Amino acid sequence: MTLNAFLFQILNGLSSASGLFLIAAGLSLIFGVTRIVNLAHGSLYMLGTYIAYTFATKIGGVTGFWGGIIATALIVGLLGALIEIVLLRRIYRAPELFQLLATFALVLVINDAALWLWGPADLLGPRAPGFRGAVEILGRRLPTYDLFLIVIGPLVLLALHLTLTRTRFGRLIRAATQDREMVGALGVNQAVLFTSVFALGAALAGLGGALQIAREPANLATDLIALGDAFVVVVVGGMGSIPGAYLAAVIIAEVRALCVGIGTVDFGFVTINFSKFTLVAEFLVMAIVLIVRPFGLLGKAQGAVRSIAEPEEPIRPATPMLKALGVVVLVGLLCLPLLAQGSPYLLVLGIDVLIAVIFATSLHFIMGPGGMHSFGHAAYFGLGAYGAALLVKWLALPMGVALIAAPLLALCGALLFGWFAVRLSGVYLAMLTLAFAQIVWAAVFQWEGFTGGSNGVIGVWPPAPFDKSWAYFLLTLVLAVAAVLLLRRFLFAPFGYAMRAGRDSPLRAEAIGIDVKRVHWLAFGVAGLVCGIGGGLFAFAKGSISPETIHINRSIDGLVMVLLGGVQTLTGPIAGASVFAVLHDTVMRQTEYWRALMGAIILLLVLTFPQGIVGAFASLWRKAGGRL
Amino acid sequence: MKPTRHVLALTALLASAFAAPAFAQDTIKIGELNSYKSQPAFLEPYKRGMDLALEEINAKGGVLGKKLELIVRDDGANPGEAVRVAEELVTREGVAMLAGTFLSNIGLAVTNFAGQKKVFFLASEPLTDKITWADGNRYTYRLRASTYMQTAMLMPAAIAANAKKWAIVYPNYEYGQSAAATFKEMLKKAQPGVEFVTEQAPPLGKVDAGAVAQAIDDAKPDAIFNVLFGADLTKFVREGNTRGVFKNRTVVSLLSGEPEYLDPLGEETPVGWIATGYPWDKIKTPEYVAFLTAYQKKFNDYPRLGSIVGYATIKSAAAGIAKAGSTDTEKLVAAFKGLKVDGPFGAFEYRASDHQATMGAYVGKLALEKGKGTMVDFTYVDGATVLPNDAETKKLRPAAE
Repeated sequence: MTLNAFLFQILNGLSSASGLFLIAAGLSLIFGVTRIVNLAHGSLYMLGTYIAYTFATKIGGVTGFWGGIIATALIVGLLGALIEIVLLRRIYRAPELFQLLATFALVLVINDAALWLWGPADLLGPRAPGFRGAVEILGRRLPTYDLFLIVIGPLVLLALHLTLTRTRFGRLIRAATQDREMVGALGVNQAVLFTSVFALGAALAGLGGALQIAREPANLATDLIALGDAFVVVVVGGMGSIPGAYLAAVIIAEVRALCVGIGTVDFGFVTINFSKFTLVAEFLVMAIVLIVRPFGLLGKAQGAVRSIAEPEEPIRPATPMLKALGVVVLVGLLCLPLLAQGSPYLLVLGIDVLIAVIFATSLHFIMGPGGMHSFGHAAYFGLGAYGAALLVKWLALPMGVALIAAPLLALCGALLFGWFAVRLSGVYLAMLTLAFAQIVWAAVFQWEGFTGGSNGVIGVWPPAPFDKSWAYFLLTLVLAVAAVLLLRRFLFAPFGYAMRAGRDSPLRAEAIGIDVKRVHWLAFGVAGLVCGIGGGLFAFAKGSISPETIHINRSIDGLVMVLLGGVQTLTGPIAGASVFAVLHDTVMRQTEYWRALMGAIILLLVLTFPQGIVGAFASLWRKAGGRL
Repeated sequence: MKPTRHVLALTALLASAFAAPAFAQDTIKIGELNSYKSQPAFLEPYKRGMDLALEEINAKGGVLGKKLELIVRDDGANPGEAVRVAEELVTREGVAMLAGTFLSNIGLAVTNFAGQKKVFFLASEPLTDKITWADGNRYTYRLRASTYMQTAMLMPAAIAANAKKWAIVYPNYEYGQSAAATFKEMLKKAQPGVEFVTEQAPPLGKVDAGAVAQAIDDAKPDAIFNVLFGADLTKFVREGNTRGVFKNRTVVSLLSGEPEYLDPLGEETPVGWIATGYPWDKIKTPEYVAFLTAYQKKFNDYPRLGSIVGYATIKSAAAGIAKAGSTDTEKLVAAFKGLKVDGPFGAFEYRASDHQATMGAYVGKLALEKGKGTMVDFTYVDGATVLPNDAETKKLRPAAE
């Protein structure tokens, strides 16, 4: 790579950075003020590309393109306001993170809506009027539109910066980011503030999408890709910091562009194709930044969030009635193989539900009582699954050994990642776990010779008698019950109380001699271990695994299961996992637009049960005078 | 909001999941699973192709005196769910055979499932060579021309370019990796002095198009082999065109002539690229024209390549069941050996040696006509001409039989 080529790739990086910055800035603002992890942010971006495409092609010309971009930002901003007023405002009082569930449902609904409105084909917009060609720089041709993007990013940064520092609205946003309770107490109308911030963030996402139509086609996969990018940039830059977001966007875009520019390098003993590292580069950057600077490059420690949710009830051991209910369900499950003789699929579905239960309860263990929101729980599931499958593939070990080794491997992974993660808290912890999961995913994806790469490992079937679904179902049931009881045992042991003390009041817990970090670290290990059991079972249930077992989608599914059931109760994740798995299976079969239906059902559940399904039943029960 | 009402509605929905379906014995069921939500651009036309074939077959009285029934499922675009859906189709719906899948890893997972559970599986679209070769089994057949075949179809053009320095760009997963590897191997064999100056492997769906186009230009290749498709291809072509990367260079490209990937390019279509594809409005064979007319009449839209694949999948299934005279799995496996099928591209055959269909593809040059991308100077390459012979095939299929 010559010096000119290097400098030129830096220019390429800068133009990509502007795109990244625009998506990230909106997400950062929304999170800073409302504390909502807005999963639908990528969807708003995607809508921006589609709407701007429609303007640019239906009206056409300069007005259609440039006017369309402005109009798109306004329309998406309005949509954002609508989402905030109609949906999110109703659930601010729900437990922390619950709003994530609502925005997840929006992702599903918006994607199907875009499919319905614009059809399945990719739609490439026209080149930008006035910026169709290229200019010669350093002996190479740079598209003029790239130059335009290089300028527009810093301009938007400047505009946002001035708004935040010089206007009353900006001061309110900054104040709310610091301490929103206080802002409310001083007489500021919080509802209007939240709505306008959400609208502004959405408009930025729409603008970001609209500006990309000259470079990439509007297509239905952009929502999740944009979301992933935005999260990384926001976290690396520091939540709530707009200059940080720009700095992070530049760093990430440059790292990617340089990986591409370097290409294949022969080190003599090994040849490395750096272009393949673009898969993981941003997550490596994120992990390193979070380890070195826990609040991102320009972020500050988060102000204390006085939760506006109702205070959480302490967890109590199950009442005799609940225990009896548990026994009844268990007996019912044990009899399922007999009952299901007429429809053997019930057992197959049952195995999936039980594995989901293991996954969700282990996540809940650190998320609920531990207070550590892991966004990368699929890492331990995947380590378990791959551990089991690879032992069978390479060493031809029997299933029993593989099922024991699977959780051990997951334990090692959890202890390693947990050691770094427990040093952080809140959303930074969540993002670091996500980064680790993505790194594991990329390693598995990339290490073809060992893990099978994108194809994964196939031919991992259980031996007789477990090749019959009734036998495998019973095995899964036994392990699932053992896993749930083990986690429960931990929670009601001194270890569990110490963990909860560390969550609720770290300072006081330290003062009475609890090593909070250490307790939380071990909790991470326990959760990983149990999750690994699920991973091992999954590998043998499906006969094949691929990197999807570690994918971020699975981590998000886990969060959805826990939140759906209710994060504040121990039966919540069990109910949530069961409902989610069965619902998924049913809905996928029902309709062409199954994702929208799934999203609609989740929205309905979110609005009906803001404490989760079990949480809602529990409070109803208490109101009726019962004890649980 | 009345919570109780929602609870009731939800309970009813969940209960329907457990209700056992009635087994209707007056139809023959084909279970089809595919990544409809993740690959809609290809699979919506594909589903229409299946519907058309189904309608034609049933209008003529179906197969073995029974109507064919198609049960279509989304596989959630991941292998774990695909396997569950396959089990559901087999155990709950009682289908006679499985068909479908798009992505390589899902195709392989279902292939393996079919081998394990002894279910007949017709892989319609996944391209990976492993389905018929390294991981092939006796229960699995594949319709679409594989990565190896498509690459081989382009070899004559690549060799004719007589270029010394090649650049390769491919999406970093099974399909891209194996296409790049096959291309390099074949070209080195034909032109021992050839040099590969750069290999760009961006992640699928996330190509950093400007940087990639520039890196290729900087390597100063004489020719480029492209494996990108979909949104990646669109981005890459626009950046490459604006930056003049394709000027005076031969570009050989997989799949780019398929309407799914060519149409979004519009005026950006890179003229002169040599690609595999399907010029839907220019094929004049009588069997194709009949298909085209019927398709346009039914859907008021033109077919994409997905339509051809979907149509041929159902035609194959019907032909196989008719030849077997039964829906018994073993009889189906035997019937598909050497099964001859009439598809829109003409007659093709399922090879007995490796279970691969010989349905070919069109190879031609991309061109721009009235602001739209199309193919010119194209020829149909029969799949049989680019497949290894039976003796070599046997070595490639260690796991089967």
